Amino acid sequence: MIANYGYKDGSGEYYISIDTDKCIQCPVDRACTKACPKSMFEIMTDDYDDVVAAIKQTNRKTLAYDCTGCKPTGGYATLPCTAACTPGAIKHSW
Amino acid sequence: MTLGEKKEYWRWEENAWVDESKDWRSAKIVTAGIDVGSVSSQAVIVCDGELYGFNNMRTGNNSPDSANNAIKGVMEKCGMSLDNIHFVVGTGYGRVNVPFAHKAITEIACHARGANYMGGSAVRTILDMGGQDCKAIHCDEKGKVTNFLMNDKCAAGTGRGMEVIADLMQIPIADLGPRSFDVDVEPAAVSSVCVVFAKSEALGLLKSGWTKNKVVAAYCQAMAERVVSLLERIGVEKEFFITGGIAKNPGVVKRIERLLKIEVVKTKYDSQIAGALGAALFANTLVAKQGAAAPIKAAA
Repeated sequence: MIANYGYKDGSGEYYISIDTDKCIQCPVDRACTKACPKSMFEIMTDDYDDVVAAIKQTNRKTLAYDCTGCKPTGGYATLPCTAACTPGAIKHSW
Repeated sequence: MTLGEKKEYWRWEENAWVDESKDWRSAKIVTAGIDVGSVSSQAVIVCDGELYGFNNMRTGNNSPDSANNAIKGVMEKCGMSLDNIHFVVGTGYGRVNVPFAHKAITEIACHARGANYMGGSAVRTILDMGGQDCKAIHCDEKGKVTNFLMNDKCAAGTGRGMEVIADLMQIPIADLGPRSFDVDVEPAAVSSVCVVFAKSEALGLLKSGWTKNKVVAAYCQAMAERVVSLLERIGVEKEFFITGGIAKNPGVVKRIERLLKIEVVKTKYDSQIAGALGAALFANTLVAKQGAAAPIKAAA
């Protein structure tokens, strides 16, 4: 399942997508949870009893602000979460 | 109607149904799904994986009470008690407040599962037009969610928005769809960003001489355009199915079909029970896998 977290408003679309099928058997020991400077990722059991990464409820409506620090203007060439997720389960829409 | 008495045009009809051709006592697995939504609540009873009965009513201001009232209604109709139900799954906006549920599952997964039952295994795209949000869902042949998107934060493009327009136009909500086709020329959509803007725009159009039917047509078009933009973001794959209360409004459904150039899968079931039905089907699978759970006595 592709789980989209985020929102759309007048300034654009802000979604982080997690492909849970790629996330289920994480070969990098849930590196996303440690890589995110804002600690936005958590591990949860989804509706199909699969243990997957998700964005914490408190961060879902503020992604545009929370992720800004990791964008190129914040000094990062690549996003820490997508770089840590070698199976390629995490993607950003913007 | 006496002076001071206000007619509730928004009030949709609550309903309940039981399959008289079957007897739940002969079923090996009896499960229930409770969908406590922001506007409506449903309780569905499934016997051996087949729909047996349901109760569909408005959600009150208290989620546990709404869940209790919904299950009481269907249990009375079926002549059963909670002791006879092997597993209960709660879903919807108030899913964590169903006092007698053994498990809570998101409405996204439940609507996909329910739509798979109601529309068949060929259904791949589901639009859930609920009371206060809309969801575009992709699923596989088993009804498992593969992708989904929810609408923005506003009530425009949802059931609550339609209730507001019914009240404003003083047209019973069930008549809005048919009346939206009673126009000479299809009007342009009103504001689809915000239900408050749409309401003031509708008032302005009435003052400028538009008929009520024309304003309703413009609102149905706005609602259709809004959900179509959500669907286009996720992509529409055949077969396409609509769940939720708005699926009963032909004024919106036909306009969605026109915009997408795709026909919606028809069903003999009530589109509003999809979430609760999916929850009951999840419960059926869980009982088959792990056995029955003891009833939670804090219930109704």
